Amino acid sequence: MTATESELQGGFDQTLAHNDRIEPRDWMPEGYRKTLVRQIAQHAHSEIIGMQPEGGWITRAPSLRRKAILLAKVQDEAGHGLYLYSACETLGVSRAELTEMLLSGRQKYSSIFNYPTLSYADVGTIGWLVDGAAICNQVPLCRTSFGPYGRAMIRICKEESFHQRQGFELLMTMMRGTDAQRAMVQESVDRFWWPALMMFGPPDDESPNTAQSMAWGIKRNTNDELRQRFVDMSVPQAEALGVTFPDPELRWNDERGAHDFGTPDWDEFMQVVKGDGPCNRQRIAHRRRAHEDGAWVREAATAFAARSTTEVGA
Amino acid sequence: MSEELQAEWPLYEVFVRGKRGLNHVHVGSLHAADDEMAVRHARDVYTRRNEGVSIWVVRADAITASSPDEKDPLFAPSGDKVYRHPTFYAIPDNVPHM
Repeated sequence: MTATESELQGGFDQTLAHNDRIEPRDWMPEGYRKTLVRQIAQHAHSEIIGMQPEGGWITRAPSLRRKAILLAKVQDEAGHGLYLYSACETLGVSRAELTEMLLSGRQKYSSIFNYPTLSYADVGTIGWLVDGAAICNQVPLCRTSFGPYGRAMIRICKEESFHQRQGFELLMTMMRGTDAQRAMVQESVDRFWWPALMMFGPPDDESPNTAQSMAWGIKRNTNDELRQRFVDMSVPQAEALGVTFPDPELRWNDERGAHDFGTPDWDEFMQVVKGDGPCNRQRIAHRRRAHEDGAWVREAATAFAARSTTEVGA
Repeated sequence: MSEELQAEWPLYEVFVRGKRGLNHVHVGSLHAADDEMAVRHARDVYTRRNEGVSIWVVRADAITASSPDEKDPLFAPSGDKVYRHPTFYAIPDNVPHM
């Protein structure tokens, strides 16, 4: 006997109501599947593109210790991308399709990676603020309703903490240095603060997908909730570091028990999302080149595997 | 679909033994051209921080799995066999070591 659509929907709703996870071979509404593919793919692409802003600093990091740390971090980003691509593929989309959708621009990645890394302090600021914002986003996603996505997030969150701490430690070291180094840190924080706030996405009243995503248990908090949490976490960290954030409206609100803060430039955000940020073209061109330059390796490995099989069979 | 899309490397499922004495546990999947490359990739992707002492990889298309549709015929029959659990049997409190 085949179950009707409404029976299937009922089973799906019941699983969510029990706070149980949906697994790849379960029936799911098409909208749920599409939303997950879009969100997980965007997340995976962000990890892969996110290797670029810092990757450029590996050879220029000032000591062997800093090079080794940065190399490990960038390797982690590649790993995170791979965990997420795997999770996305359980929804019936292939790796090749995902790669193609990134290169053609049909799927997005986080707009933060379209900003350039102009000084070595940016490596520290990215670890502290960008990875800090990512952690804020990702910790609740460990409880997301789709099993493979949640499991990938748990693995990622465990590793992400190293990323944030190495960044903060790098900045602390520079702050103990010369005036020029301290100025370099402040300048870097000034450039990254607003883009970091934009990482949580548009304000709730302009985020059409949020309500449905929360009903499905894909998202657990709204964009504005997470942004507020990030601001409240970051302010004491900035004080400890000895830097300020470039927001004259930023102050503690006793009544709300939270910080008030200014509005990010959402026009700039939309412009970067649409492809006109400082580095959009460069990032995709670099990714495409890496993909194309690696084609012969993929082909050679496939040919080698095919030959090995034939020889074993002979 | 272009030729390249069809030539995708096969998917492998990865199982890692966290430490001696534990089972291998499924940790995720990856693509590789052959079995040997799958082990190497699994090492790079899933054990960067001493997460394991042993890795198994198996081609995903070699796995036979139960289907969610079979949930009732497969698993429901054990639901009413409560006598298979030790708590089914009432033993007086004054009986030790049981």
